[in-house]
Amino acid sequence: MAVCIAVIAKENYPLYIRSTPMENELKFHYMVHTSLDVVDEKISAMGKALVDQRELYLGLLYPTEDYKVYGFVTNSKVKLVMVVDSSNTALRDNEIRSMFRKLHNSYTDVMCNPFYNPGDRIQSRAFDNMVTSMMIQVC
Amino acid sequence: MAASAQHPYSQFPHQAQKIGLSILESMGFRVGQALGERLPQETLGFREELDVLKFLCKDLWVAVFHKQMDSLHTDHQGTYVLQDNSFPLLVPIASGLQYMEEAPKFLAFTCGLLCGALSTLGFQSLVTASVTALPACESWRGCLWGFTLFSPRTHLTCGT
Repeated sequence: MAVCIAVIAKENYPLYIRSTPMENELKFHYMVHTSLDVVDEKISAMGKALVDQRELYLGLLYPTEDYKVYGFVTNSKVKLVMVVDSSNTALRDNEIRSMFRKLHNSYTDVMCNPFYNPGDRIQSRAFDNMVTSMMIQVC
Repeated sequence: MAASAQHPYSQFPHQAQKIGLSILESMGFRVGQALGERLPQETLGFREELDVLKFLCKDLWVAVFHKQMDSLHTDHQGTYVLQDNSFPLLVPIASGLQYMEEAPKFLAFTCGLLCGALSTLGFQSLVTASVTALPACESWRGCLWGFTLFSPRTHLTCGT
C-alpha cells in the first residue's frame, strides 16, 4: 500500500498529490519534489543509453530509512511518483508495476475527459477513488 | 436596418468562417491531446522525433481513419510532409463540386488533431494542410500535411 501518490506535469508542477492523513503532508511533498531530480537523471540516462526502446517504469528512485520512492514516466513526460512504507516488505516489483499501470490508465481516462483541461489539477472522483484503493488502509 | 434577430456574425461571413475554422481546430487539438495520451499507452517510450512521426503516421492515422499515412518526407531539420493519397474525410466530397466549400472544415479539425497529439508528446508545431490533385485521377482526393516542429521545450529544474 502506498503512503503518498503524486502526478507531476511535464513542466514539473504537481497535478495531483495525496498522502495519508495521519502523517506530515509537507514531508511527502518535499520527498516528491526531491525525487524529481532523480527522475530527470534517469530519463536523460535512458536517452543516452544504447537501449533499443525506453521503458516507462523507472523503478526505485531512492530509498530512505522509512520509505522507498518509485517512479514512472509516461510518453507525454508526465511523471507518476509513489512513496511506499519501507516496513512493508511484502510489496514486490511486479505489484508496484501493476499499481503504476492502474495509475497510468486512470490518468489517461482523466486526460480523455473532455471537461478536463490539460494542465489543471486533477479533481476527478474516479481518480480519487482509485488512489484511495491504493493508499494505506487507515482504520 | 434592424438586425436584432440576426446572428451577430451573419453580417461578416468571412470572419465567421475564420472563427468557425479556428474553433474546429481547437476542438481537434483537444481530441489530439487525449489521443496522444491514450494511443501510445502500451508502447514503450519514444526515443526521438522520428519515432513520434512514425506513431502519427501509423498508430494515430489508423486509429482515427483506419488507414496508414501513405508517405512521410522530411528535411531532417524539423519540417515534415505527410501525404495521404486518399484522405477518407475528403473522398466523399471530392466526387462532386457541390460541397467543396465545406472541405476546409474537415482539414481544420485534422490539423488540430495532429497539433494536439504532437503537443502531448512534447513538440510545439505548426500544421498546415493542402489538397492536391492526383495526376492519375480526375477528382482531388489527396491531402498533404506539412508541419514544422519546434524543438521540445527543455524545462529547467529550479536549482534547489
